[in-house]
Amino acid sequence: MMKMKNLTLIGWGFVILSMVSACAPKSADQDSSPFSNDVAAKVYVAPGQHDEFYAFLSGGFSGQMSVYGLPSGRLLKVIPVFSVDAEKGYGFNEETKPLLQTSYGFVPWDDAHHPELSQTNGVPDGRWIFINGNNTPRVARVDLSFFETVEIIELPNSGGNHSSPFTTENTEYVVAGTRFGVPVPQKDVSVESYKENFKGALSFISCDAASGRMAVAFQVLLPAFNYDLAHCGKGASHGWTFFTCYNTEEGNTLLEANASQYDKDFIAAVNWKKAEEYVKNGKAHDFPTSYYHNVYDDNMHTATATQVKTVKVLIPSECPGLVYYLPTPKSPHGVDVDPTGEYIVGAGKLSADMSVHSFSKMLKAIEDKAFEKEIVGIPVLNYEAILAGVVSSGGLGPLHTEFDANGNAYTTFFITSEVVKWKVGTWEVLDRAPCYYSVGHLMIPGGDSRKPFGKYMLAMNKITKDRYLPTGPELNQSAQLYDISGDKIQLLLDFPTVGEPHYAQGIPADLVKPKSRQFFNLSENTHPYVTKSEDVAKIVREGNTLHVYMTTIRSHFSPDNIEGIKAGDKVYFHVTNLEQDWDVPHGFGIMGATNAELLIMPGQTETLLWEPKTEGVYPFYCTDFCSALHQEMQGYARVSAKNSNMALKWWTGSAK
Amino acid sequence: MKAGTVKFSKQMNYLSRILMFLALIFLALVYFFPIWSITLLAPQYPSGITMYIWINKITGDTPGTLQNINILNHYVGMQMIEPDSIPELQYFKFIVGAVIFLGFISIVLNKKWIYLTWVALVLFLSVLAVYDFYLWEYDYGHNLSPHAAIKVPGMAYQPPLFGKKTLLNFVAISYPYLGSFFIGASVVIAFLAFWFKKQKQIIS
Repeated sequence: MMKMKNLTLIGWGFVILSMVSACAPKSADQDSSPFSNDVAAKVYVAPGQHDEFYAFLSGGFSGQMSVYGLPSGRLLKVIPVFSVDAEKGYGFNEETKPLLQTSYGFVPWDDAHHPELSQTNGVPDGRWIFINGNNTPRVARVDLSFFETVEIIELPNSGGNHSSPFTTENTEYVVAGTRFGVPVPQKDVSVESYKENFKGALSFISCDAASGRMAVAFQVLLPAFNYDLAHCGKGASHGWTFFTCYNTEEGNTLLEANASQYDKDFIAAVNWKKAEEYVKNGKAHDFPTSYYHNVYDDNMHTATATQVKTVKVLIPSECPGLVYYLPTPKSPHGVDVDPTGEYIVGAGKLSADMSVHSFSKMLKAIEDKAFEKEIVGIPVLNYEAILAGVVSSGGLGPLHTEFDANGNAYTTFFITSEVVKWKVGTWEVLDRAPCYYSVGHLMIPGGDSRKPFGKYMLAMNKITKDRYLPTGPELNQSAQLYDISGDKIQLLLDFPTVGEPHYAQGIPADLVKPKSRQFFNLSENTHPYVTKSEDVAKIVREGNTLHVYMTTIRSHFSPDNIEGIKAGDKVYFHVTNLEQDWDVPHGFGIMGATNAELLIMPGQTETLLWEPKTEGVYPFYCTDFCSALHQEMQGYARVSAKNSNMALKWWTGSAK
Repeated sequence: MKAGTVKFSKQMNYLSRILMFLALIFLALVYFFPIWSITLLAPQYPSGITMYIWINKITGDTPGTLQNINILNHYVGMQMIEPDSIPELQYFKFIVGAVIFLGFISIVLNKKWIYLTWVALVLFLSVLAVYDFYLWEYDYGHNLSPHAAIKVPGMAYQPPLFGKKTLLNFVAISYPYLGSFFIGASVVIAFLAFWFKKQKQIIS
């Protein structure tokens, strides 16, 4: 038996090798000729016109999230989330530094994989978008009224937050699951003691319906399988969340072989409504821990980092009916729930076929106790009893599935580099289209919700090779847009992406556009160092700390001449942009600053710490071209010797 | 004299008073609607930037509009538009109040010549107000700071009183707004009050 498996593995290796070596330029798909099918017209959005959809693509190892318009593929914005962004002063100014605070200290980077829109009644509502930080386990929330990160919550007892942050129908929870088993609580043990000491925690983050504010409501502590991806139930299956896992072998070294031994791994089905009951009835343990919860206030324009010391943990063996394992072939990666909530598609990434589980059969199997075995008190359901069907597509390496509004599913195949369209319920393959090259996730607007908006499908590819003009060894990743409104999938466009997009979300522009703010109201600014008009601009010295209450308005700073700073002082420039007009940010850069610039939106206050070490006169200026006299928007800060008795003075226009 | 004629003339007396009352309601609407609007169009302001002049204040599309117009104006050396420093905005509301009070007196007295006098008074004050507005516009457009960043020889920035005018990169569009139309309606209705009012000697 073992020999057979090894042979199979070698076979896969051969297939993968041949795929990689066969990546010579391919001729373009005949269907994509702009002349045969009017493809160009389908993606042409005339200058000044707006796209039909917003698409939010994760930045992968860039740590950020990029916003594109579809069908044009125009890049609209890169939202800094987990990585510092000197351009925007994100993570450099005093206001956003607390957002990146963790139990490990200030972390300036992460690997962001899966954006997920907030939902109401199972449909994306355009209020917030969540995204996971994989490396230092976190979940962030971005407010879509101003496209900035407003909250980041760290996940305790986790390592590699990959199966995250998928939302329930009304955003009651966004979920998170640890990809890497870790000792819980963390301790100094041998990696060889994996099976004994390591655990896999699934986290349920509650989300306040009005404010969106998150909190780790509870965790479910499971064996240290590698929880890979998730999706929440909808419709009939609302109340459940499904997590795929690989490495049910619980290997701790050379996982590419050791985690690929069993024929089947699992999808963990968690009944979170039951979990709520158990928590309510006091079944949860309060585990001591330490994690950060960071929240940005958009009136104060400032984030606050708070340390949390305990987390509620449920142990499945103490909570019958909380978790079931659904056997699923060959290291399932994506787990996707169809719009009705009945079918749970598990993509065994090392197999050719996909197993589709039936939610109603699952409930029946639980009722009939059709269990294969139990693992630490968690029943493993009988595979045959829950299987709805198998999609035999002829493709290899299925990863992710999204749905359209007409009962069709679209699955990506990494190894054969294609998307396969199939019918939900009959499992019949309807069409297929190649991807250039090695597609990972795909996205259909609303394609993981109860109401797919359909029309387009975006494939996000891992390998780019020859698709664009070469830029040396490092290339951008590539996304490809397909028209799925007809019977045949039609390739329309491809465009390079920022970082490596893993998952993406799409939403009709009309659900977001009307809420987009043009500026922040100065009258609502509650920043502790706000300066609401030029006549109250000032400088306050507290020991060797200076607080400069500065304003910007076209086209000058107040004050723009400063004297009396001493070498070694800590100078905080609290700059308030007095503008109340759309698209008039001002920037602030000062010579020798060892951090970054400020980029201050109208009505906002931001703070740059500047620590001049040597005497001299230092120019500062506006970095964002604001007006016809932008170039004149500049000033000077004079720095005197540490022991000088130079008086503190400031002025604009004429000396005070 | 036939009974019907008497009835008719009584109705006529009544009608004028109602019309005059209506005229006063329309006039009172100037407290709730701007009387003039000036819109600036430029490439950077595709949907325009509009300032509304009321009898007692100046507002814009957004709370920031006046500040934005002042920012644009300061480059060419125009004075800041500061509603608090424009005396007319302080006392116009009292003048309108007085005119409405006189209107009530006219309803009580219900004399043909009094209605006509009231109409003439409103027309006279309206012309005076528009002339005053013109003087302010002239002052803003011509009284420029010698320290302006942008100086174009011979250029003045007076917006039109009525219509459209190109001022450097801006197109200024100025027209009466709802409040003015209500004043117009008030005058017309008051005139009807005068028109339908029969003089006693004619009736008898």
